[in-house]
Amino acid sequence: MSNLLERLFSSRKNWTLPYVLFAALFVVVPLLLIVVYAFTDDGGRLTLANFGKFFDHPEAVNTFIYSIGIAIITTIGCILLGYPAAWILSRSRSRYAQVLILLFILPMWVNVLIRTLATVALFDFCRLPLGEGALIFGMIYNFIPFMIFPIYNTLLKMDRSYIEAAEDLGANSTQVFWKVVLPLSMPGVVSGIMMVFMPTVSTFAIAELLTMNNIKLFGTTMQENINNSMWNYGAALSLIMLFLIAATSLFSSDGKGGSEKGGSLW
Amino acid sequence: MQGENRPIIEISNVSKHFGDKTVLDHVHLSIKKGEFVTILGPSGCGKTTLLRLIAGFHAASEGEIRIAGEEVNRIPPYKRPVNTVFQKYALFPHLNVYDNIAFGLKLKKMAQPDMEKKVKAALKMVGMTDYEYRDVDSLSGGQQQRVAIARAIVNEPEVLLLDEPLAALDLKMRKDMQMELKEMHRRLGITFVYVTHDQEEALTLSDTIVVMSEGKIQQIGTPTDIYNEPINSFVADFIGESNILNGTMVDDGEVIFCRHHFECVDKGFGKNVPVDVVVRPEDVYIFPVSDAAQLTGVVQSCIFKGVHYEMTVLCDDYEIMVQDYHAFEVGQEVGLLVKPFDIHIMHKERTCNTFEGVLKDDCHVEFLGCKFECLPVQGQAPDTPVTVEVDFDRIVLQDDAGDGMLTGEVKFILYKGDHYHLTVLSDWDENVFVDTNDVWDDGDQVGITIPKEAIRLKFV
Repeated sequence: MSNLLERLFSSRKNWTLPYVLFAALFVVVPLLLIVVYAFTDDGGRLTLANFGKFFDHPEAVNTFIYSIGIAIITTIGCILLGYPAAWILSRSRSRYAQVLILLFILPMWVNVLIRTLATVALFDFCRLPLGEGALIFGMIYNFIPFMIFPIYNTLLKMDRSYIEAAEDLGANSTQVFWKVVLPLSMPGVVSGIMMVFMPTVSTFAIAELLTMNNIKLFGTTMQENINNSMWNYGAALSLIMLFLIAATSLFSSDGKGGSEKGGSLW
Repeated sequence: MQGENRPIIEISNVSKHFGDKTVLDHVHLSIKKGEFVTILGPSGCGKTTLLRLIAGFHAASEGEIRIAGEEVNRIPPYKRPVNTVFQKYALFPHLNVYDNIAFGLKLKKMAQPDMEKKVKAALKMVGMTDYEYRDVDSLSGGQQQRVAIARAIVNEPEVLLLDEPLAALDLKMRKDMQMELKEMHRRLGITFVYVTHDQEEALTLSDTIVVMSEGKIQQIGTPTDIYNEPINSFVADFIGESNILNGTMVDDGEVIFCRHHFECVDKGFGKNVPVDVVVRPEDVYIFPVSDAAQLTGVVQSCIFKGVHYEMTVLCDDYEIMVQDYHAFEVGQEVGLLVKPFDIHIMHKERTCNTFEGVLKDDCHVEFLGCKFECLPVQGQAPDTPVTVEVDFDRIVLQDDAGDGMLTGEVKFILYKGDHYHLTVLSDWDENVFVDTNDVWDDGDQVGITIPKEAIRLKFV
């Protein structure tokens, strides 16, 4: 027995065993269950009715499209606000920059629900209406760090000699940015998009709180169905969303040198 | 339009500080149009900083830089008529070979057909025809270097700056590229400013070599000048192999070293003046002992170097390095001869250490940031400024930095045939020069002790 254990731990490859088990139990099995549920009815018979139901209900399809719209707006907002922030952070070498980075990380230590409730309180205090505007504000506020850090990382790691080479060849600072810095930081932007777009599609808590349940996102639809024991329909909706996410990640890793140029998430 | 003789680059009195570190110290340099100039020096001597000042990536802390007659201190890099080939090439990874080379032309809004013609010509110049649409990452180091050169010369700069462009290539490739660069310089007819730490490369390529050390220019001259007439022991040691020995200039045309009188051709040093003597190892004749021998000695080692043999011969206490096509066996007694023309005499920069100090009391003096005990002095008030002199061989170095009165780092080692002459940078940024028989390495942290008997005080 002890011999067996010794053999088991002698190879470093076997050390991954606990993680493989964990992933199998809590990732692979649930995924398989979603697939099984999505393609069966209450009685366990094979069917495509769950998907048919989704495409027959304009309300569900509209929610789906609306959610994607919100996710796209959030992502674009995060890029527009996050890129300059990442640029400033990566450029300043002072202690002031360290403080700034800390300020960006700080909100992430607070639970997302508490942050969102605080946002609601803030809107109330300023007498601003809750609704679509508040929703987009809340989404960007919650997800912007996930956009800033991957971009910040690629900018920080970028070899300064590329910038110098561009200047040397006659590019002024605007041209250096558009022709060299931005293209070279695209892996970071792609990572940021993955980190922001995917989770925003399936959010529901932020939407519920910031619109007082007036605006329904796709995440809410899924949650409602599953809460009301419509397991099969809920599973089908989840699968549709998973399919969309898989499609986005395929699209983004397709970009030239997306992963190999080191556009790391963190 | 200036006359043809007007220098293309004029650097006057330029210094550069990073924080409180001085990287360039009052540098003067003027470069003629069309010259191939090499800035040569060990790492950290400021040569790359000088190049970056010309390119515009750094601003000079003081002094003036002129390119083509125009002061450029405040001109950003993109407006200067120079282009740079970077050490690590810095080719844009998101662009292919064609777009990399066309980068500068596109910024000038050149028309498509002209641009294509120029890019093709540049590629042909560096021998990379048909590589236009290759990914830069798929190229070898040598090919990337060629593209980097093409990217720079396609803009037709007045001056091409090259920052150790061949450092990352293997020896064979480096030799080939050296020849190509020289040929390219001839065909383009523009000024090349080339930075390297490789003395052989500098000798091969340049019209003019600028030798730098510790932020200062040591010598400017043609390769033959620099090699044959080094101005000081640093240059002699850095360029090629050499025997550097202590000597005494007895009179014009007569010098003593290795306890022997030699005839030489140098004049005007005065009588009985201590000097440094440089003899290149290939200038020493070696033969079986005979009457013709000026020095006799015993062969200590003999190494085959491909074309010649390199031998060390011990004459009395002095080790002399000799290069010859014939090998002499280790242990064999040999005679050595040096012709007058091959003996190079250099002024000694100093004959002892000199420090500025302050007398603290009868038997203590402060210099180098420390208080030292000295032999008692009389009739001088405390806090009198004093000049302190210490002979090179009276300073003691200790392995354990904590054992010394102060600590320092070994910066430069010169072998003088029978001892080592070290330059030690003390914690207070003053150089201490030490003669020793012990072997130390560059960068060693040492303790420095100065015995009281060694301290000579001179009152103004």
